[in-house]
Amino acid sequence: MSVTPDLIREKLIAEIGAIHVDVEDTSPNRCAASFKVLVVSPQFEGKALLQRHRLVNNCLAEELKEIHAFEQKTLTPEQWEKQKAQ
Amino acid sequence: MNNILRSTARCLRPGAWHYRTAQNNGEMLSGWARLMCSSAGQKNMEEMVKKDKVVVFMKGTPVQPMCGFSNAVVQILRMHGVDSYAAYNVLDDQDIREGIKSFSNWPTIPQVYFNGEFVGGCDILLQMHQSGDLVEELQKLGIRSALLDQEKQS
Repeated sequence: MSVTPDLIREKLIAEIGAIHVDVEDTSPNRCAASFKVLVVSPQFEGKALLQRHRLVNNCLAEELKEIHAFEQKTLTPEQWEKQKAQ
Repeated sequence: MNNILRSTARCLRPGAWHYRTAQNNGEMLSGWARLMCSSAGQKNMEEMVKKDKVVVFMKGTPVQPMCGFSNAVVQILRMHGVDSYAAYNVLDDQDIREGIKSFSNWPTIPQVYFNGEFVGGCDILLQMHQSGDLVEELQKLGIRSALLDQEKQS
């Protein structure tokens, strides 16, 4: 099963309660499957960056085995609102 | 059978007596040998990340990074005046490449360690740099960020 942006989005919403997910397929820029994601979830509240990223990594553990490059930005709903306001 | 013996021997070259018993328990021993090799690999990773204050596992070298993300890590560290750190080129060594991913339980390269503790990859380092957290973390290592001196000058 190949990894698609929709699959990534669905998993993040289902498994870590993401309220907003942006998935950019950056594969054309690189030699293999690559993605850049923005994840907004209340589950990130109170968690350090590393913990947040591990949460995402664990959620996408199977997919990451096939992905070559992966960038992620993790925000709480509050941080997301602030960023939108800028 | 020969392949098992050969791969077992490769793993156990330092220990001669193991090789003799491999002939009797070929299959059982190769499994055990694999376990020995992987735990030996884990131990090496732990030593590697603790040996230096700042350790980076990257693609390429600080002088010649072979990947945009690895390059970003090098540039960020350079901005803070961190020029001397242990950098391991995972492209040179498949064992290190797989070993560090398993050791850190982190799927991608580059990987940054401060004082033997996993910090994160390029995304995290970049966010720490932008938020000012990186200056603080370097301070905890006893490293004074060059950016502090730049601020004084301006």
